[in-house]
Amino acid sequence: MALKGNLRDFSTTQLLNLINLARKTGTLTIQSNGEVANMSFQEGKLIYAHLGAERENYLAQFLHNAGKLSKEQADIIETRVQGKSDKQIGRLLIQAGHVTQSDIIQSVRQNILNVVYKLFTWVEGLFRFEANQLPPPTLITIPIDLESVIMEGSRRLQEWEILQEELPDLDVSLRFTERPDARLRNINLTVEEWKVISLIDPRNSMRKIAQANNLSDFEIRRIIYGMLQAGLVTLVQQPAKPRQQPIQAGESPRRKRAKAAPPTESLATRRSMVERIMDRIRGL
Amino acid sequence: MQAAKMVITGPFSSGKTEFIGAVSEIDVVSTERKITSSAEQIKETTTVAMDFGRITVGDDLVLYLFGTPGQRRFDFMWDILSQGMLGFVVMVDSTKPETFREAKRILETFEGYASTPYVVAANKQDMEDAWEPEDLRIILRLRPEVKILPCVATDKETVKNVLLELLYSILEELDKEESAQHN
Repeated sequence: MALKGNLRDFSTTQLLNLINLARKTGTLTIQSNGEVANMSFQEGKLIYAHLGAERENYLAQFLHNAGKLSKEQADIIETRVQGKSDKQIGRLLIQAGHVTQSDIIQSVRQNILNVVYKLFTWVEGLFRFEANQLPPPTLITIPIDLESVIMEGSRRLQEWEILQEELPDLDVSLRFTERPDARLRNINLTVEEWKVISLIDPRNSMRKIAQANNLSDFEIRRIIYGMLQAGLVTLVQQPAKPRQQPIQAGESPRRKRAKAAPPTESLATRRSMVERIMDRIRGL
Repeated sequence: MQAAKMVITGPFSSGKTEFIGAVSEIDVVSTERKITSSAEQIKETTTVAMDFGRITVGDDLVLYLFGTPGQRRFDFMWDILSQGMLGFVVMVDSTKPETFREAKRILETFEGYASTPYVVAANKQDMEDAWEPEDLRIILRLRPEVKILPCVATDKETVKNVLLELLYSILEELDKEESAQHN
């Protein structure tokens, strides 16, 4: 059956956790903002990841990214080895003494991890898991335990979490600070920050501004957080909206459960009632 | 006349009305209205109050099935509906991953209302895009003892199976209470 959806609903962390726990084999493809990423897994282990357009081979680029080859070396190799697979290129480079087997393993592993860690920051995009679909055998795959990947990816997400903690409610609006100080004179804003600035108004919530500029929750929080830190804007405290009383921190679910109507019948009566209902449902 | 109550809950458009309709001996009493919110216009009408179905067990016992309104703005009714229930079913549309987070939220809310047993019905398992129940278990972070059952809400047999599994869970809970009393 299909395993597909949107990162809006399931984070990369959740997907990797699912693949790890279910020991899945196959390839997860994620499309977001015109980029396509593929991650392949065998028995719940990450074995390959690739971001961007499909190519004939990747190894020279990986080795360059890892600092094992210069840009010129990587370019020369790529032009001379057309039609050869990564495994063949790897053997040639080892035989020529340019790199060691360990260099290749480390470079491929690092590339896989870089791709996956980048995906942790994707907050939107269509994903699809194709069971039993694996990369071609010509590519070099490295089995990597997902537990450590998930932990490191989660650590990198801390920035996002800090932002969410600092700005939990996107329905709050903003206004320009009333006493701008000298720091604001030399402030440089990006195009996106200017777009946000243009909509700063106590009548516009952060959510509205984000929608108007097609920004994700993460992006609007990051921009606003920067502006708050710079003293450019301040939050407008709005009157509390009428809402249901939430469960307070420290209030245990058991306490809440005590509000449920306690059963008045004896256990035997309840058991008899349940058994009768079961008989009736079986007969429907 | 003794009355027993089960609650069928779940996100908007997860199949609660169909579920109750599959086994109810009366036409499901529901208060459906034209949908006005553009975000929710994937069907023409929706349940704005609650669904209500009935299964007569005998002269002295009747089972009522209450379906909760799926939209968040009616969640003030959930507490009322959950009072005195035997157990509850959380319906999940297995083809709509965008609703799984909401399903998890509803499930946790109902867990907070009462310590009654519940099962999760992975609805629309006849559809090509349906997520497998065991994948849903992981995504919804269900404890191992919570049953997640394949379901097609328009198929009476699968609906019966979900209700029976819930009743088995209720019996198991009664067993535990009984042994706790003896200890």
